[in-house]
Amino acid sequence: MKITIGHLYPDLLNLYGDRGNIQCLMKRCEWRGIEAETIAYELNDRIDFGALDIVLLGGGSDREEMIVCTRLQEIRDDFKRYVENDGVVIAICGGYQLLGHYYRTSEGEMKGLSLVDLTTEQGEGRLINNVVLKSDLFDMPIVGFENHGGRTDIRGNRPLGKVLYGSGNDGKSGFEGVVYRNVIGTYLHGPLLPKNPALADLLIEKALQKKYGSDVRLEALPDKEEQEANRYVYDRFVPH
Amino acid sequence: MGIRCTAAVWAAKMTGFFSRLTGRQGVTLAGQVALKICPDLLRELSGQVRKNIFVTCGTNGKTTTNNMLCSALEAEGFKVVCNHTGSNMLNGVAAAFALSAKLNGKLDADYAVIEVDEASTRYVFPAIKPDYMVMTNLFRDQLDRYGEIDITMNILEEMIRKVPKMKLIINADDALSEYLAEDSGNDFVTYGISRQVVKSAANEIREGRFCKKCGERLQYRFYHYSQLGDYSCPGCGFHRPAPDFDAFDVKTGEDIAFSVEGRTFRANYKGFYNVYNILAAYAALRTAGCGADHFQQMLDGYNPENGRMEQFMIGGTKAVLNLAKNPAGFNQNISAVMQDPSPKDIIIVINDNAQDGRDISWLWDVDFDLLGDESIRSITVSGIRCQDMRLRMKYVDIPADLVPDVETAVRRRVKDGVKNLYVLVNYTALFSTRNIMKRLQEEK
Repeated sequence: MKITIGHLYPDLLNLYGDRGNIQCLMKRCEWRGIEAETIAYELNDRIDFGALDIVLLGGGSDREEMIVCTRLQEIRDDFKRYVENDGVVIAICGGYQLLGHYYRTSEGEMKGLSLVDLTTEQGEGRLINNVVLKSDLFDMPIVGFENHGGRTDIRGNRPLGKVLYGSGNDGKSGFEGVVYRNVIGTYLHGPLLPKNPALADLLIEKALQKKYGSDVRLEALPDKEEQEANRYVYDRFVPH
Repeated sequence: MGIRCTAAVWAAKMTGFFSRLTGRQGVTLAGQVALKICPDLLRELSGQVRKNIFVTCGTNGKTTTNNMLCSALEAEGFKVVCNHTGSNMLNGVAAAFALSAKLNGKLDADYAVIEVDEASTRYVFPAIKPDYMVMTNLFRDQLDRYGEIDITMNILEEMIRKVPKMKLIINADDALSEYLAEDSGNDFVTYGISRQVVKSAANEIREGRFCKKCGERLQYRFYHYSQLGDYSCPGCGFHRPAPDFDAFDVKTGEDIAFSVEGRTFRANYKGFYNVYNILAAYAALRTAGCGADHFQQMLDGYNPENGRMEQFMIGGTKAVLNLAKNPAGFNQNISAVMQDPSPKDIIIVINDNAQDGRDISWLWDVDFDLLGDESIRSITVSGIRCQDMRLRMKYVDIPADLVPDVETAVRRRVKDGVKNLYVLVNYTALFSTRNIMKRLQEEK
């Protein structure tokens, strides 16, 4: 079995250790004997979504996101087809905002991809914090770090998790992130996947199932270090 | 000199004295007390500096460059005010001046040499009106505190423009610094290294890949490390200038050597990045019209004692302590450690206090895979976020021992290690780790 990961514009969107998410996906495949390849796309590269099993869209500075946003409009239709065809996407921070219709700031509006029915508006002050979530997707809590000025409204969509600590999508709804088909959007970096191996494995398993059939199951890995690092953040920030 | 400021000097000295008695650092507290009594303290005291005021800014290498510049001026026989300990926010700067003043509130100094945290330039620059500003480099650092690098650059540029007579001393190999200098409109000179010395790891994180002027992707003839190298923009012609102070024949290894202006300097220092630090200090000195005749003598006697490649002898183990607080700094630290070919043990201490940046995702931007070398006999992870650090090592297939308590970690390696220990720590772990190592050194 083999999966191909498309990393969109790491030259521009690489602000919060997103490299770690790629490393995590690659290693967790390698440790199971699954072949994995990452293609890092530059801004003017043509992207063949048909050849990709997981797409990672990270976060960058406002200036860099603006450059990317213009380019994304050109590949929007291909990207949309990929999503509606149950392609796996993990979008983080700025990438998460770009999934929606727009990101409105005091300086103007950044047009998003409209892949998921959500919108983002700039709020007062940045939400900067460690975060702990409880998700319906698996038992292990999701832990990470958020740093965003945007407040995201996911409308009728399903959130990634309930906020146990931190601010989440907008600092008041009590929810964080979004799940739509096989797309996951979230403000959490840290990076996201290494301390949340269940989430990393979910992405890999979905990608494999889509390619090789719904009976594919991932074998468990010895995740002592992952679990202890996750547990540390949970114990430190969630009162119990 | 007003009575208020004299009182402030007294208060600062007393606070400093009692803090030392109780074993605390106390510098920033002394500054805070002094400013409370006399808000105009910095302007009053800095106005008494007889010759010039230097400030040092930039992400990495501030403390080393600044202290070296101070020592170099002292070696020429001058009296210098300096914030040696690296307390580089407003209170720390105020303390440096207040603690150097005499009890009558008078300052007896030829020069002031002050490192300033980028975000604190807002408060410090208007008060002390520097004559020269040394810029080391610009890298990503503490994103949760400073925000994106663009924000830091905007603050710096705004403050540079407010002191239009201040001359800048800039790293020509850093496209971000060069752009900042050009755009500010202030006078500037540059230092740099025109020939490639070491091969830069291919996957290193590099800032500012796109031209700040026109947005085109910059082209590089080579990289020294991170984004430092020989760049040019195919779009608008922005390019690395020929440095005014160009280092030739650069050698790094057990120690470092290079030539500039036809003079050769040597330092018993590891790490390619220290070539930049020494070169920047030299360029600043020369730009201010100093002959720098005793510069080599200064380097011979230079012993930083501030946790930057500081050496200890602990029960027969040679232990080196070094600060590493962001990806660029950590990568340079790792290559400095790897220049020592003999067997060694490594301890990495990672905290996530406010001053470190609470967000530790930067650990994944460091090329820790370079530690997968057979000369490295063990890696121990310690500090508040040791769990994250151990996980980081797992994903480059390098096992690490988890020992949350720093003293236990050091003791263990001194007891069962290969007698050659490197301790790499981030910011808030520096003082406590240094105290532990000093204490262990004195133990029988």
